[in-house]
Amino acid sequence: MKKLLKSKSLIFTAVLIIAYILISVLIDQGKFTRSQQAIMLRMCSNIILAMSLNLVVGSLGELSLGHAGFFCAGAYAGGYFAVHAGLPLTVSFIIALIIGGIVGAIFGFFISSSILRLRGDYLAIVTLAYGELIRSFAKIIPALGGTRGLIGVPSLGSRGDQWMYMFAVVIITFVLISNFTRSRHGRAINSIRDNAIAAQSIGININRYKVMTFTISAFFAGMAGVVFAFFKGNVEPADFTYNLSIEALLMVVFGGMGNLVGSIIAAAGITALPEILRDAAEYRLLIYAISLILLMIFTSNPKLVELRKRFVPKTLFASRRKEGVTNGNA
Amino acid sequence: MVMLKTVDLGISFGGLNAVNSFNIEVEEGQLYGLIGPNGAGKTTVFNLLTGVYKPTTGRFSLAGEDLTGKSPTEICNHGIARTFQNIRLFKNMSVIDNVKVALHTRMKYPLASSFFRFPNYFSTEKRMNDEALRLLEVFDLDKHKDYNAASLPYGKQRKLEIARAMATNPKLLLLDEPAAGMNPNETAELMETIRFVRGEFNMTILLIEHDMRLVAGICEKLTVLNFGTELASGETTEVLKDPQVITAYLGE
Repeated sequence: MKKLLKSKSLIFTAVLIIAYILISVLIDQGKFTRSQQAIMLRMCSNIILAMSLNLVVGSLGELSLGHAGFFCAGAYAGGYFAVHAGLPLTVSFIIALIIGGIVGAIFGFFISSSILRLRGDYLAIVTLAYGELIRSFAKIIPALGGTRGLIGVPSLGSRGDQWMYMFAVVIITFVLISNFTRSRHGRAINSIRDNAIAAQSIGININRYKVMTFTISAFFAGMAGVVFAFFKGNVEPADFTYNLSIEALLMVVFGGMGNLVGSIIAAAGITALPEILRDAAEYRLLIYAISLILLMIFTSNPKLVELRKRFVPKTLFASRRKEGVTNGNA
Repeated sequence: MVMLKTVDLGISFGGLNAVNSFNIEVEEGQLYGLIGPNGAGKTTVFNLLTGVYKPTTGRFSLAGEDLTGKSPTEICNHGIARTFQNIRLFKNMSVIDNVKVALHTRMKYPLASSFFRFPNYFSTEKRMNDEALRLLEVFDLDKHKDYNAASLPYGKQRKLEIARAMATNPKLLLLDEPAAGMNPNETAELMETIRFVRGEFNMTILLIEHDMRLVAGICEKLTVLNFGTELASGETTEVLKDPQVITAYLGE
């Protein structure tokens, strides 16, 4: 039990809960404008998407540019269910989450099974194509509303209520994914990332774990899609262009690959950035691009990383592992 | 008992016969050396035995069980483990995780436990931890268990690779040039380690090596490969005296 309490994820969960209470109180008191509230809800779905992509990019070490596709599949599946089921809201939301996740996972399973021979850039290109394919299919299926999309996904109530539901999904996803990455399956996936040949030599079935990672990742991406559908109230193909995949990748890269907490912070930041820059009007896109470039330099330039390490308390970012062993027979 | 037996094992890439009718019989508990000049096909033999390459001719068996054509995963599960010439550790993982991941196929819990941490997650992880620590202690690495594998000094990385291979509970251990890049002190320490592993686990070991002192010091039998074919084979001292072998290594 002591160990459990010590674990980082639990501390972080506690921080999240405090953040939740704080923000929901602020929402209730009307301290946020409507657009700020919307941004915060949008953050929830982006955070889930970034965490799911982190499994593929950070843990497995493969580049996926098709997560918008899984997101899209989940959003449509969950949204369609919610529109047509006519169940009480909470029940319908939970079932929609599961359906969206499963539909995403099915796509993830078949797509990853078909690209097992690919690696690196090639894999990224094909996933990009699959992502667009899923979106295009959604566009031509009449039951899903064509280009106009699916409308009338029920709202989860006031912004405060929505916030509660969606925040809960974020926490659950975080706990599940962080548990997974620190299990025997997570270790196996990490070993494939670090050295596939060695992983094979100790009996790890690479193909099986690649498919597993993609499937699980697509499950959570699908759930993120459902969260998105419920927040937005309608789902249209234009929501899921490859820009979304790239944005999700940005969040993972800026957060630090394999670093879940980083993904969350980066997802929140990148979602909020356009809104923060609203006042800058026509310079908005310029500033957005420049700040991304600066962020990139700040996170990867060795000198700056050193500088940052000096100023930021070690416990905040230090990995659990220690660096460097002195040579000798100590 | 014969642990490893190969019959006319061979592979060709296009027109090149990398390994040609390779025959070897390794007894249980034996320390067997495989030597030969650069490009002789030694590592190719290892790749055949671990399923990385599928042999074009011949068969091989472990403890009487035919393993020809099986996948690397299956072969590992049947009990052949290896290390690599150029160290292949999981560099971004901690030392103990490198060993724990090799326990993967021996100690299991279902996927659902990974997500929801059912009681069997904690009990199995504890068993894995204990077993991994036990192995690290054997190789004198337990003090470094939380360090990044890549940050270990070279000699310790070699040891960690052997520890990781041992974690799969093999019947046969293949060591691909374990002393490559080591200084004489480290080599001597490594020889101790290899002897110790054999004694402690009663392990059958087949090793590739260029360091003749190491080979002469610990191997009981040798097979010499040259251009993919067997040049000589037998007791270490005799093989090393063989004029053909001396020619292959030193020239006319």
